[in-house]
Amino acid sequence: MYSAHALSVAIWLPIIGGIAVLMTGGDSNAHWARRLSLLFSLAAFAATVPLYYGFDPHTASMQFVENHAWIPAFHIDYHIGIDGISLPLVLLTSFTTVIVVVAGWEVIQTRVAQYMAAFLVMEGLMIGVFSSMDAILFYVFWEAMLIPMFVIIGIWGGPNRVYATVKFFLYTLLGSVLMLVALLYLYFKGGSSFDIQSFYSIKLNMTEQVLIFFAFLLAFAVKVPMWPVHTWLPDAHVEAPTGGSVVLAAIMLKMGAYGFLRFTLPILPDASHALAGLMVALSLIAIVYISLVALVQEDMKKLIAYSSIAHMGFVTLGFFIFNAQGMEGGLVEMISHGFVSGALFLCVGVLYDRMHTRQIRDYGGVAARMPVFASLMMLFVMANVGLPGTSGFVGEFLVILGSFQVNGWYAALAATILITGAAYTLWLYKRVIFGNIVSNHVAALRDINVREFSFLALLAVAVLVMGLWPRPFLEVMHVSVNHLLVEASASKL
Amino acid sequence: MVVNMQDVYLAIPLSCLAGSAIAGLAGWKIGRMGAHTVAILGVGVAFALSLLVLRDVAIYGHDFNGSVYTWGVSGGIPMEVGFLIDPLSALMMVVVTFVSLMVHVYTIGYMSDDPGYQRFFSYISLFTFSMLMLVMANNFLQLFFGWEAVGLVSYLLIGFWYTRESAVTASIKAFLVNRVGDVGFLLGIAAIYRYFGTFDFGGVFAIAPQMSATTIQVLPGVQWSVITLICLLLFVGAMAKSAQVPLHVWLPDSMEGPTPISALIHAATMVTAGIFMVARASPLFELSDTALSVVLVIGSITALFMAFLGVVQNDIKRVIAYSTLSQLGYMTVALGVSAYSAAIFHLVTHAFFKALLFLAAGSVIMAMHHEQDLRKMGGLRRYMPWTLATAWVGSLALAGFPPFSGFFSKDAIIEAVGNSHIPGAGFAYFAVMTGVFVTSLYTFRMLFLAFYGEPRMDPHTRKHLKESPAVVVVPLVLLAIPAAVAGWFGLKPLLFGKFFGTSIEVLPQHDVIGEMARQFAGSGPFIAHGLQSAPFLLAVLGFATAWFAYIRYPHVPGVVKEKIGLLYTILVHKYGFDEFYQTVFVSGAQSAGRMLWRIGDVKIIDGLMVNGTARVIRWASVVVRRIQSGYIYHYAFAMIIGLFLLMTFFLHR
Repeated sequence: MYSAHALSVAIWLPIIGGIAVLMTGGDSNAHWARRLSLLFSLAAFAATVPLYYGFDPHTASMQFVENHAWIPAFHIDYHIGIDGISLPLVLLTSFTTVIVVVAGWEVIQTRVAQYMAAFLVMEGLMIGVFSSMDAILFYVFWEAMLIPMFVIIGIWGGPNRVYATVKFFLYTLLGSVLMLVALLYLYFKGGSSFDIQSFYSIKLNMTEQVLIFFAFLLAFAVKVPMWPVHTWLPDAHVEAPTGGSVVLAAIMLKMGAYGFLRFTLPILPDASHALAGLMVALSLIAIVYISLVALVQEDMKKLIAYSSIAHMGFVTLGFFIFNAQGMEGGLVEMISHGFVSGALFLCVGVLYDRMHTRQIRDYGGVAARMPVFASLMMLFVMANVGLPGTSGFVGEFLVILGSFQVNGWYAALAATILITGAAYTLWLYKRVIFGNIVSNHVAALRDINVREFSFLALLAVAVLVMGLWPRPFLEVMHVSVNHLLVEASASKL
Repeated sequence: MVVNMQDVYLAIPLSCLAGSAIAGLAGWKIGRMGAHTVAILGVGVAFALSLLVLRDVAIYGHDFNGSVYTWGVSGGIPMEVGFLIDPLSALMMVVVTFVSLMVHVYTIGYMSDDPGYQRFFSYISLFTFSMLMLVMANNFLQLFFGWEAVGLVSYLLIGFWYTRESAVTASIKAFLVNRVGDVGFLLGIAAIYRYFGTFDFGGVFAIAPQMSATTIQVLPGVQWSVITLICLLLFVGAMAKSAQVPLHVWLPDSMEGPTPISALIHAATMVTAGIFMVARASPLFELSDTALSVVLVIGSITALFMAFLGVVQNDIKRVIAYSTLSQLGYMTVALGVSAYSAAIFHLVTHAFFKALLFLAAGSVIMAMHHEQDLRKMGGLRRYMPWTLATAWVGSLALAGFPPFSGFFSKDAIIEAVGNSHIPGAGFAYFAVMTGVFVTSLYTFRMLFLAFYGEPRMDPHTRKHLKESPAVVVVPLVLLAIPAAVAGWFGLKPLLFGKFFGTSIEVLPQHDVIGEMARQFAGSGPFIAHGLQSAPFLLAVLGFATAWFAYIRYPHVPGVVKEKIGLLYTILVHKYGFDEFYQTVFVSGAQSAGRMLWRIGDVKIIDGLMVNGTARVIRWASVVVRRIQSGYIYHYAFAMIIGLFLLMTFFLHR
């Protein structure tokens, strides 16, 4: 029925596609590069669809598993598989790449082939991260994925791209090195295997657990990003081209959160419980503090970047309250945030392509000239605000439900995003879209074209479907989440 | 032919949604005529079917409680969208669809030269859909969905004229204040989920009595009854939606929106959602005297102090807006003394007469070329006979003159408060009594300033004064009928009969309405009794004062204004709520944000932890030269691919 190599195809098809696109050469063949990229991104998306239909939601074990010896000397395997936690992320990745390819269609005019190739290669690597069952394979994908992202920001980025890239690089390097050390420690401790699931049964005392916890924490917290290691994100977003921002927000941030679920919780259950208070505190600080910071941003991308950090606070909060609502809420929030923040960055991109400024004060009265765009953006704004009926509500709601089970005050602090989130998002929308036309530039704006409409409409449908009927999204998660919760509460001491 | 009632239930909101979708998405194609036709058709169908449902429920006693679809499942607990059709929801459905239908028709005239015509119809039909989902909900989650959806449409409609700074600001204000309430509501739902393990009204209310002894620690050493906590959290939501002090500040500003929505959303229906919610949750509120007392006191403060503000407003819509606040206060007071049926009764009569007043005001505003200042009106009675007649009906109903509808519902509330013994009832009685005088005063002040006395408008406007077209006048007349008679006919079944059945629960020790029912002998004797009691005299006194000050001796208000200088200043500044919120919350949050950003993020985290931004940049300049060469890019890809290939081939044994 479904190919035994379905998952490998999902990983390698876009990477091969990327190489093929790269081979179209210079910008004289740009139109071929674009078409080929679209073809490959669609094919790669099509390759992930069978993963959903062939997925059995009644088992917590890994599915579509492939296991080949890769470097037997060190017991490193090409071992991949997905469960209900990684499946939605894999689909989100392939979906987002299609959007990004379409979004870069006319906007990118230099080194088109390289730009498109970078996103295709990154897609494969990111799916690799979400499906690795071998720790070294995971690490390789995790690190390799950064390279195309650096390249995207470094070449097609804004004027301050170097500062942003290096800041990004320094942050992630620090985290990754410690993660590698932790993985090696687990390898030797556990009897020479890099199989992630074999890590779950390694006996670790509290000191070991706490040390490894912090090693992982640094790596994952930077990616999420959690307060206070978040300051690279606004800079990276501001400098990245639209497509880079979309992938960064929609998928890359999710890797850190994914790491907590795949590594921290099941490998270090006791430390996770002991340090849950810290994680909850950091998450709540992200929600409250960062929302206030978002309120005063003058750059649209920075505002959305800060909004991302605050929303990711919900994800980590949901994970460290150890109940099904919290964890499923966090997972749903990850997917929803992928749609919503991706869409908002695309909206900024649409405006930036026309006006070449991201400063809020340069806008005003856009609705009069771009009514279709204004309507679509209103939907995404409302999703960011977490209005029921949009995907943004589902995750926030479940996390608030889950955290109230643990402590009403957690829920109360988290729920402040209902107010602050609405304040910064609606205020942004008001200043950019509403009011009188402020300048001749705005007066000359033209509404979105068919290409722009197509990717925004696609995301709009995703946001609405997930908001009105989240059940199918939740159903693939239940068993895996419950299994993980059992793992995470089984003491190793 | 057997009609499946479940299909009817589903058709009611969906016909409005369909109207909205067609008018909104295809409005550019089907034109104005097409848009208002589909929208009115949708709401008309909903109204007709709602009548059918009301008949089915009231006469045959056919209730319904069932799920439409499962929205999601988490932690084993299903979250569903479903309908609860009982007397309470059936009555609300009829009121909502009737007022909405009138407003739809009226809009044809009122918005006739607005470029956003189709969009407006789409919004008000969407609103009707959302409001129906709210009142038909069979669980707290769906109630919240509807709650947020009506909030969204309210936001969209207040800011309908989006080029106006004041309108857009008012729309955000409305959204944010309502969000404060939503935090309470959502936490209340989370608490219900934690302690009851379900969102269904039926399930929650069934377990509630067993939960009355359960406590929760809200602060170290402070234990609260769980029921009290849940009720207070839910009530915070109700306070925002139903504009109770101190979360009332958004409603007067919402008058920036077009008048038809002021009538529909910000008077007749949406703002009563909070009242509806508390009445729906009566089995919970009954278990907490603390919560009821809070409800009572908040309602009393709103009823009295917002009425005062109505006296000093000069904008005709704002007078009615403060009147709405005050009347919502009356409803809340009724809830506080467990007279839920009286609250709903007043909600219904208020929906008719307040929608009527707003639409009459809209008719005046149209005639006045969009002038809303009462000081520039006067003498309109000669030009607008229909508007005048219907405005009289609305005013008499609002002021509580028998036999108009407001008299019955307001008198019932006042008497219920008089019978109540819960803490705060004394103050509430004083507030609602005084409120009667003030209500009558501002109502007739408005009526006299607009329609009587010498015309004060400019000659140009005066020359063009004329009665509004039929699409405006007919809804006025159709609303005037229930505004006049709904009280007389509704009193017996709604208040003293068995209409509500089990949809409202009152404990014997709170049963103030039951006490009144024992003396009840019919609507006629109720009036006879009312004519001899204090509220009626106060209403007459208010009328007389208005006549004295605004018709007989028009210079008096100016003199009084001088005399009470400080008090007048306080009233004109609306007790300073807006200034206080602006300074503390809006500016406060911005300063906090700026401080956290500039100091927390930039100075401390980037400055110290990332260890010198300057050093990073210097570092960067070295790297950049290589990246920009372009070659490193190719190496990068070679690296990824190479990594796999090399390791695989050379290390493979």
